[in-house]
Amino acid sequence: MEIIIDALIWLIDPENWIGEGSVPQRIYEHLLFSFGAILVAAVFALPIGYLIGHTGRGQQFVVGLSGATRALPSFGLILALALFLGVSQREQAAIISLSLLAFAPLLSGAYAGVQAISSETILSARAQGMTEWQLFFKVELPLSLGILFGAVRNASLQVIATATLISYVGLGGLGYEIIQGIPLRRYDQMIGSALVVAFLALAIDWLLSKLQKLATPKGVYQFVGTN
Amino acid sequence: MTWFLNNLPLIFELTLDHLRLSAIPIVLGFLISLPIGRYAANGTRSGRFLLSFVGILYTVPSLALFVILPPLLGIGFLSELNVIIALTIYAAAIMVRSAKDAFESIPTELLLSADAIGYDRREKFFRVELPAAGPVLLAGLRVVSVSTISLVTVGALVGVQSLGYLFTDGFQRKIAAEILTGVFGTMALALLIDYLLVLIGAKLLPWDKLQRESRRQGV
Repeated sequence: MEIIIDALIWLIDPENWIGEGSVPQRIYEHLLFSFGAILVAAVFALPIGYLIGHTGRGQQFVVGLSGATRALPSFGLILALALFLGVSQREQAAIISLSLLAFAPLLSGAYAGVQAISSETILSARAQGMTEWQLFFKVELPLSLGILFGAVRNASLQVIATATLISYVGLGGLGYEIIQGIPLRRYDQMIGSALVVAFLALAIDWLLSKLQKLATPKGVYQFVGTN
Repeated sequence: MTWFLNNLPLIFELTLDHLRLSAIPIVLGFLISLPIGRYAANGTRSGRFLLSFVGILYTVPSLALFVILPPLLGIGFLSELNVIIALTIYAAAIMVRSAKDAFESIPTELLLSADAIGYDRREKFFRVELPAAGPVLLAGLRVVSVSTISLVTVGALVGVQSLGYLFTDGFQRKIAAEILTGVFGTMALALLIDYLLVLIGAKLLPWDKLQRESRRQGV
């Protein structure tokens, strides 16, 4: 218990809240890389996911890919890419590794969101004479948002958790005090930072759950639930 | 390739460590998740509360858990127990949700028939609910096993040996082949265990295949 109190004392120490390497700066670095990675992943994953969902072709690709990327150890990938790309491009190495982590959940989320729409809904839209683009923008996209946001939450949790490892290649983030504290056995800064990451992950998840509720059309809400 | 061939004994030893560190959490997490998932499947208020609590555990990054647990439980920092307990918590956190879905996926008719036959609660659970939940449980277990095997590597940061050792050691010595050996070794291990789980599933759950085929034929 004493150790937890030490961690809390470290956390409220004003010295850790201003200047170079302060907690706010670590949070900023952490979120910068996390969101950057999710954004990069979304740019690639969403069009492919929606294309597969819309056309109904390539489901095997989704299943295979999500299995394969889940097996990929992100920590090793960050280090391997940092070594290959060189020190000057370790930012890119971190973003690529983290975005690979988010890629499969986002792709499956977009695809599953479209798949979950009942075929009657799609057929009625077609019967009204909607073009493919109208069908996508007016029916498939809005109805898929609930499930898609579920996937975004899942991807964010994983990326924010894994972003603690980027400080091993010198990129800061909330893992910095943890990794630096291990050889020194500085439990106060390690546990203090660990608490901040856990809190950050929870806060982002809570925020996204609010967005998920907003994004889900009222009519489908009763089916999607609060999950 | 030369690095790989020159270090086969080390790689073999680390693979065994890796297997031990991941197998125990996968099995324990699975066993822990069954009663919790079964309880939460009833949709009671306390069940929902339990699920969100477990969900919170999942948000704690593994590295954070690896450093919080030793002082909290009074175990050694370098102790394998540290990584095993942390990963068991994760495995259970992921698995509980699947277990809940699995038990909820059982058709009501099946449960009613079990009551009609006169099974008591224990018989009903072991003879009807568990087998019927099997296919969804297996799907969850496969996710748990792959992610646990991948997470074991992070233990290298707190000094617990696994294939993740090749990441940190390879990075410090700037040997790309060493890191890649660790990456591919971890993936190979994950895919191997996944394949084993599918085989075990096919053996233990023959009705899963039957069900899927009849669905395909529209029966």
